[in-house]
Amino acid sequence: MGVLPFLIGWPVLIALIVPFLKSERARSVTVYVGAGGVMALAGALLVQWLLSGGVVMSFYEETELVDHLMLAGELVLMALIVFLSFKYRKYPVALLSVAQTAVLIWTEMAFPVEPASHMKVDGLAMLMTVIAAFVGSFICIYAVGYMKAYHHHHTEYKDRTGFFLSMLFLFFGAMFGLVLSGNLVWMYFFWEITSVVSFLLIGYTRTEEAVRNSFRALWMNLLGGLGFALAITVSAAALHTVQLEEVVQAGAPIPIALLALAGLTKSAQLPFSSWLLGAMVAPTPSSALLHSATMVKAGVYLLIRLSPAMAGTMGGTMVSLIGGFTFIACSMMAIAQNDGKKVLAFSTISNLGLIVACAGIGKEETIWAAVLLMVFHAVSKSMLFQAVGSIENILGSRDIEDMHGLLLRLPKLTYIMGIGIAGMYLAPFGMLISKWVALKAFVDAGDVLLVLFLAYGSATTMLYWTKWLAKLISIHHTKVEAKDITRKDQYLSMFLHSVCVVLLCLLFPLLERQVVTPIVLQIFGSAHEVLSMSVLTTMAVMLISVIFVPAMMFLVTRSARRVYVPIYMSGANKGDNTYFVNSFGEPEHLYLSNWYLRFEFGMRHLMRPSLIFSAGLLIVMLCLIVGGAV
Amino acid sequence: MGKLAKSPWLLHYDGSSCNGCDIEVLACLTPVYDIERFGIINTGDPFQADILLITGGINSQSESVVKQIYSQMPNPKVVVAVGICACTGGVFKTCYNIKGGVDTVIPVDVYVPGCAARPQAIIDGVVKALELLERKRADYAAQKKTAEGEGGTDSGTYQ
Amino acid sequence: MTQVLSVIGYLLLAPFAGGLLDGAGRIVSARMQGRKGPPLLQPFYDIWKLFTKQMFAVNSVQLLLNLSYLVFLAVAGCMLFAGADILMCLFILTTADMFLIMAASSDSSPYSTLGAGREMIQMMAYEPLTLLMAVGFYLATGSFHVGTIITSEYSAVLFLPGMLVGFFFITAIKLRKSPFDLSTSHHAHQEMVKGITTEMAGPTFAIMNVAEYYEMVLMLGLVAIFFINRNWWSWPIAIAACLFVYFLEILWDNVCCRVKWKTLLGSCWIATLLSGGLNLLILMLIR
Repeated sequence: MGVLPFLIGWPVLIALIVPFLKSERARSVTVYVGAGGVMALAGALLVQWLLSGGVVMSFYEETELVDHLMLAGELVLMALIVFLSFKYRKYPVALLSVAQTAVLIWTEMAFPVEPASHMKVDGLAMLMTVIAAFVGSFICIYAVGYMKAYHHHHTEYKDRTGFFLSMLFLFFGAMFGLVLSGNLVWMYFFWEITSVVSFLLIGYTRTEEAVRNSFRALWMNLLGGLGFALAITVSAAALHTVQLEEVVQAGAPIPIALLALAGLTKSAQLPFSSWLLGAMVAPTPSSALLHSATMVKAGVYLLIRLSPAMAGTMGGTMVSLIGGFTFIACSMMAIAQNDGKKVLAFSTISNLGLIVACAGIGKEETIWAAVLLMVFHAVSKSMLFQAVGSIENILGSRDIEDMHGLLLRLPKLTYIMGIGIAGMYLAPFGMLISKWVALKAFVDAGDVLLVLFLAYGSATTMLYWTKWLAKLISIHHTKVEAKDITRKDQYLSMFLHSVCVVLLCLLFPLLERQVVTPIVLQIFGSAHEVLSMSVLTTMAVMLISVIFVPAMMFLVTRSARRVYVPIYMSGANKGDNTYFVNSFGEPEHLYLSNWYLRFEFGMRHLMRPSLIFSAGLLIVMLCLIVGGAV
Repeated sequence: MGKLAKSPWLLHYDGSSCNGCDIEVLACLTPVYDIERFGIINTGDPFQADILLITGGINSQSESVVKQIYSQMPNPKVVVAVGICACTGGVFKTCYNIKGGVDTVIPVDVYVPGCAARPQAIIDGVVKALELLERKRADYAAQKKTAEGEGGTDSGTYQ
Repeated sequence: MTQVLSVIGYLLLAPFAGGLLDGAGRIVSARMQGRKGPPLLQPFYDIWKLFTKQMFAVNSVQLLLNLSYLVFLAVAGCMLFAGADILMCLFILTTADMFLIMAASSDSSPYSTLGAGREMIQMMAYEPLTLLMAVGFYLATGSFHVGTIITSEYSAVLFLPGMLVGFFFITAIKLRKSPFDLSTSHHAHQEMVKGITTEMAGPTFAIMNVAEYYEMVLMLGLVAIFFINRNWWSWPIAIAACLFVYFLEILWDNVCCRVKWKTLLGSCWIATLLSGGLNLLILMLIR
């Protein structure tokens, strides 16, 4: 397992090199090499792990030097945050950062623990590594082309592409470290790095809005970090261990609840959702990275790790209620958005809500569903963000209204979007199956509230995806030409993503048997068949029908003789389907808008009550947990 | 009666009528006359209509509309002009804006005179149109057959 | 063997059963209005006529999407009649409806786009209850499998009276009956022409009609599994119940006027919560 340090070190190395490369060409080559290296290293680790049996493995017991380095790193991070917060006059943020670092240092001084393994490789960690490595590397490749077009478009922002790419790589290193750490202190260190790096990425453009949003992201994540630090203190003091696994086995309610709080902030659950929504100001690759494979997934990763300890406890109820509520509230708010990236952001939060709810229930089936949801969501969402980003670079807008009839203007990107959207909610793609299993598990757990959340939430989810898809495939000829300036490396990344989505669906049984079930087995020590063979057969029938029926119908109808006539506009069609004669006898352009139901589902109406409700729920539950334990 | 005659769906268009005939057309739908007995449905959509039923004369503004709606009705189809204005232009014939009856714009198959035309007369006219429709259907089928035999196609592109 | 027979029976007979039901419905509806109404076989005349008409289209994808809609509805129905998983069947039903929406929006015309939008709202309105209903069956009989549900000892309706009431609501949406026939209507003089079907002409529209018959039989089939149990006499009861529900839908169609989408969404969601949600809660408590 000698690959491990390289896996973390390689992206950090690339991150250190990239900003100093002045030539654009050298930078691109470095990024390609870096991304390739990350994928190769992750692949090597995977092969090594599989060859040694695919079991749980632990490493690095004696790491005093690294521990000291990490402590120094934490101090550096703290200094950076304090400096920036003073610079931008956001003093409370500095306080949060200082507080948690102080708590951690005090803990290490006051409660020394027995040395134990610091890194742990098991199925879940491996899965997260592979997702982060592959999805993330493609995003980096995409970013090279994207940033060129971005700065071509936005001349008002300073070109700091080198810094941007460097941060993306740093993020990888932190993410790998996070998922491969079995020790809470190490995990905390990487956790803080992801918080700070995401803060730097969000503030990339340095506009007023960007700075505001980046600090919002920072304080929310630092709040979670504080919870993390306190959890370490409590477990070191009371349980004399800082191993995640042992904490979970001990099932002590307070550290679990505090860690869950950290997970909730990281995965942007209500009431902490606003940081992820604000993260939209950054260039698209960073949104893609934050939303799909890394940042938010770190939150749900932690929650999944905690899930055995949460099953049937107050903490579990808290997490599952918050998750279920986030699922429905955010899917409702997504309806009222016409900004493509906002819809994606809300859908991310809402889908994560479902995963979080599954983790909170903490049964084998729900973890099964959660892991699958995570896989499908990472790939589909990363692809959707990239496609929207490319469309934005071409049209100069990411408004869904402007995507009317995109099928005729940008066919390739529309197909990619179509696959992504279908992957997000249509039968029989993975998300839906996972939802099906989650529903069954919620029923078995006897949680009527979650069943209702899921039932209503999937209805609202369906609406916002359907109307977007409907907008894309309108056959509408506009006079405005769109020139596809998407670069080859961008297409390469998106194409590989779409192949991946389709393959994941086609190889679903394999994925289920070979990947997900072993993970559940490792977490719970037991796993029973979640999907029976008959269900899998049904699914295969569905999958084949969804792919082949339209294709077959295409062949059937291709030869049908049709007479093409203009669309019906009460007889006032000018003949080209885009203009009609108005009451002055003049041609008027046809404009078709989607439904947004702003007065019913608008963010302005729903956000505040949702925040109050979820914050209240969180505070009351935390008080109950702490009070119950003390 | 054949297939079409058993299920004639009609589209009612008001050219520039005084609404007298329109009221009578609607009267046909009421329980007293109940044209649904014949399978007739008053659809609002040219794409699904077999009979175009026009009341009132055609003026310069409605001319293009009538032509377009007629072009959006799939074959076989018939046109029934209801009321004297639709037949010839009626008392408005010499008005500066009136072009005349419906037949000045599109071919008319059945003329139903009257001011306003009585429901009985309208139903009578529609039933007459059904016979014509059936004949046109036979013609259309034959035409389609020959066109297929010659490998011709009647499709075009529309954008 | 019975599975194959029932699937083949569904595929072959559903359009005829649906057409007959539709014809009978139109007569009943006319009688309620003091009219004589069309002949019983009128729907078949209509469909036959539509197939002989000229093939009009506004774009090249409409027809294929419409055909996909038909095929998916048939697949959904087959799953129900084969006794497969009811939740999967409902998911496919949703997918089928998606294709109809796509067919309508591909036209990019004002009326069909509005219709498609309303159809989406309708889907959002009925979807929660369909999921809850499936969960209800699972709780009542211990399985999502239709085959198991219909061979249980007691009829599911004994445990799920609320679900049946809620299902009555959403059947009105699916059968396009007033007050919930927003996206397209069987009646003339709709405020937006023919809604989603506005640009469907001749054979394309015929396909849509056939699909609706498949859907009608599917919906009534869902009503039937509320009643069927392992005893033979439950079958005639189920058929009678289906006919009764259908009659009630026609009655409702005639006494109510069309509502706005907000009323549709609100009433359906509240009905779902009150009848379905409460029913579910009670089931979970007594389990």
